[in-house]
Amino acid sequence: MGKKRVAIVGSGQTLHRSRRPDVNGQELIHEAVQAALSDADLTLADIDAIVIGNMDHFEGINYVDCWSVDGSGGWMKPVIKLTTGGTTGSTLSIGGYHMVASGLFEKVLIIGWEKNSESDTTGAITTAFDPIWDRLVFAGAISGLAVEAQAYMARYGATDRDAARVAVRDRRHACKNPHAQLRQEVTIEQVLASPMLADPIHLLDVCPRTDGACAVIMANEDVAEKLCPTPDWIWGTANRHSYTYLADVNFGALDSMAGAAKELFAKTGIKEPRKQLQVIELYQPYSFAGIIWIEDLGLVPRGKGAEYIWSGATDLGGELPINPSGGVIACNPIGATGLIRCAEVSLQMMGRAGERQVPEVELGLSTGFGGCMWTDMMLHGKRKPE
Amino acid sequence: MDKVAIIGIGMTKIEADKRGDTFADMAWEAVNLALADAHMTIAEVDNVVTTSNDFWDGRTISCMAVGDATGAGQGKNTSCVEGDGTFGAFYGLTRILSGAYGTTLVTAHSKGSESVSSLITNAALDPIYDRALGLDMVTACALQARAYMHRHGVKPEDLARVSVKNHGNALRNPLAQLPLKLTVEDVLRSEMIADPLHLLDCSPVSDGCCAIILANEQRARRSARQPVWVTGVSCCADAYYLGDRDLAVPRSLAQAAKRAYAMAGIHDPAREVQVAEVYDAFTYQELMWIEGLGLAEAGGAKDRLERGDFDLEGPLPVNPSGGLLGGHPVIAAGLYRMAEAVKQLRGEAGSYQVDGAKVAVAQGLNGLCGQSHCVWTLDNRS
Amino acid sequence: METERSSVELMVQQSQINVPYSWWAGETASRFFAGLRDEQKILATRCAACSQVFVPPRKTCPQCFKDTAWLEVRPEGELVTFTVARRQLAALPRPVPLIFGLIRLDGATTALLHLIGEVPPEQVRVGMRLKAKFAAERRGGILDIEHFRPA
Repeated sequence: MGKKRVAIVGSGQTLHRSRRPDVNGQELIHEAVQAALSDADLTLADIDAIVIGNMDHFEGINYVDCWSVDGSGGWMKPVIKLTTGGTTGSTLSIGGYHMVASGLFEKVLIIGWEKNSESDTTGAITTAFDPIWDRLVFAGAISGLAVEAQAYMARYGATDRDAARVAVRDRRHACKNPHAQLRQEVTIEQVLASPMLADPIHLLDVCPRTDGACAVIMANEDVAEKLCPTPDWIWGTANRHSYTYLADVNFGALDSMAGAAKELFAKTGIKEPRKQLQVIELYQPYSFAGIIWIEDLGLVPRGKGAEYIWSGATDLGGELPINPSGGVIACNPIGATGLIRCAEVSLQMMGRAGERQVPEVELGLSTGFGGCMWTDMMLHGKRKPE
Repeated sequence: MDKVAIIGIGMTKIEADKRGDTFADMAWEAVNLALADAHMTIAEVDNVVTTSNDFWDGRTISCMAVGDATGAGQGKNTSCVEGDGTFGAFYGLTRILSGAYGTTLVTAHSKGSESVSSLITNAALDPIYDRALGLDMVTACALQARAYMHRHGVKPEDLARVSVKNHGNALRNPLAQLPLKLTVEDVLRSEMIADPLHLLDCSPVSDGCCAIILANEQRARRSARQPVWVTGVSCCADAYYLGDRDLAVPRSLAQAAKRAYAMAGIHDPAREVQVAEVYDAFTYQELMWIEGLGLAEAGGAKDRLERGDFDLEGPLPVNPSGGLLGGHPVIAAGLYRMAEAVKQLRGEAGSYQVDGAKVAVAQGLNGLCGQSHCVWTLDNRS
Repeated sequence: METERSSVELMVQQSQINVPYSWWAGETASRFFAGLRDEQKILATRCAACSQVFVPPRKTCPQCFKDTAWLEVRPEGELVTFTVARRQLAALPRPVPLIFGLIRLDGATTALLHLIGEVPPEQVRVGMRLKAKFAAERRGGILDIEHFRPA
């Protein structure tokens, strides 16, 4: 045994909604799992291990990976929970990769899920921050993002109109994605007229709260091609969960994305991401990130993000589509969100992304964001890596 | 499985209330102990897996608290497992076996002193069918204890003997919280918490952090310390609802153990394992897990215990460190078992050393009544 | 640093996490609770593949992953195991002594977790027959069964 190359051979998602009163959490998980098993034409007996995650405080269940075995299929299998806040979904995709690459498991089922409708999201998320230093003054997820946007705007003269163009793009893309929660276009004027949450972020600049689950099946190279004619090969992963205290953050640029991208691109031979990548599913929880973080990715120089967005390059049909699925602004079941980015890129690599398919893909990137301005990323390829 | 070894360990003292330490302080202490133990710097740690629990820590994204203290700020790839430290170590192991990293630092922590444990564990009960009944870990485990005792004719005295042994062993472990010289009578006369579990049948809920460093073969052979090799490891989860399981039978543990032993080439664990560190959150659990690990027949652990087989001087010492009865930082608990097993196999356990120990088993668990287990077999021979 | 530390007053910040929850029971559990509340019936589900009967009911069989079908089970069964809580642990809803048990209802494969009442703790025995006592006021929850008592 030892190092094995890994591919995604199937995935499944629920139809994500703001509320799913017809199912409890583990029944929601089960839907995604069944969809993934069908997609890969496998049964539960074929699965060797389960990697699962969510953010406990959103569902209020302790040892939740143990609780959910009825729905996840974990009965009498190895079950491991990974959880890292908003990055949970991408952390899970990285986890599944290592579990299969290790040679210990041939086929691993990865599950990310969240039932945000069951709790007060801000109330729960506020507990992420240090109770002595940060929690009393920094409420919720939005505050950090607003500071980032303000810092960037002050340096580069970008405006909320630039950010709104990102929101318009993603909401238009989501119309072609049957799984997305919000499937209605918005205009720039509508975004700017929507209620201000934390200057300069408007309601329509940010992600909704969603009940949803996503399941991805990874397999090693010995069986991947038997299970799937065109599997999605994992070329590499990198992450940075660098900051512990919100006030330490270097606001206005996403250091963790720059660090992770540098590492990932170096080890996979990506020298010109704009030329070598054909699709990106960016975990973009709010619109400004769509301008700022593509600079950290190295797609464009600092301060040139807005220009690139306005050029239409990142729209479907453009040079490098970003979030053909509609991304996080259209759908956000937090524990699943990062995994959905991974699943969506896998559909692109397999040529099965339906109306949102990007033509002639070779390499794609999925990212995760969360915690204290953290980043995860994964490079996917149509061909097997060397 | 490629060869992977544990080359460094660090454990904070286990205490009832580490009032002067935050989670980060504990992690800082354990990590630096492990680095010093391995003669390594943080720069030589290729990636980090921390283990924590959001409920116990009162923090969603509980891993955030220990980021700086575990090297996340050093531009490293990091991740977090929520569950017992043995599961964190398992994921850390796969990140080496995948070929991605040469060394993994694994930590696990909790501070039981910062919360009301009954409410924290009540939150593990299904909110739809079970939680309103008001059980917690203690009452749930009491159900299991009764089922196990009824099945095999195990008496309260048999449970009490585990407490006497482990608190007694703790007298020799400077890190233990509760070194106590007890008699069986002391245990039986202690306050009844939930029948059949007396106070002294229960582990405390403690504060502590443990860190270990895993290394691939190449890095392990360059290590300044004698490597302790991972020969087998497996995890397995049983059904969730207590009523779906036969609580008297540690089915998922038996499967995990079987697979770990198969990987290690251990055919007769009761004879080949020389020391065991097991998850004795309650006295009855030590007996059940000994049996689930194949170290005694079903129902047979009590007789072996009474004969002294599991004492420090016996043929198969169990929890020579004092186990969790000696001090129980939840979440870190299984990683402490691994670290203690490493000490034994290195010959560094001082006055609680099991002489000539070459093969050890360490076990951790997750969930109510030992629903999910992770079993590790370790060997000090190349 | 150590000597500085030893003279520091160690402070503790008291707090509480207040996150309200509304758990969707889902259709399956909802039907079960409606059965308790409106008909004082205990409903279960049976797996088409392995024939296990689940109480509380499941939408799909956790082992076979196949759909299940509804059936009613008798509100009476056998005590599989029990405990008597004697210390007033924080999660307990009522004063001790409080008796919890797993009851396998006739016809069910799995046992139901619940409270045991109307019997002195010393007289509770593994294997004894128990019957559900429904609460006078029922709201659609597991406590619509007040407890199980000797049959």
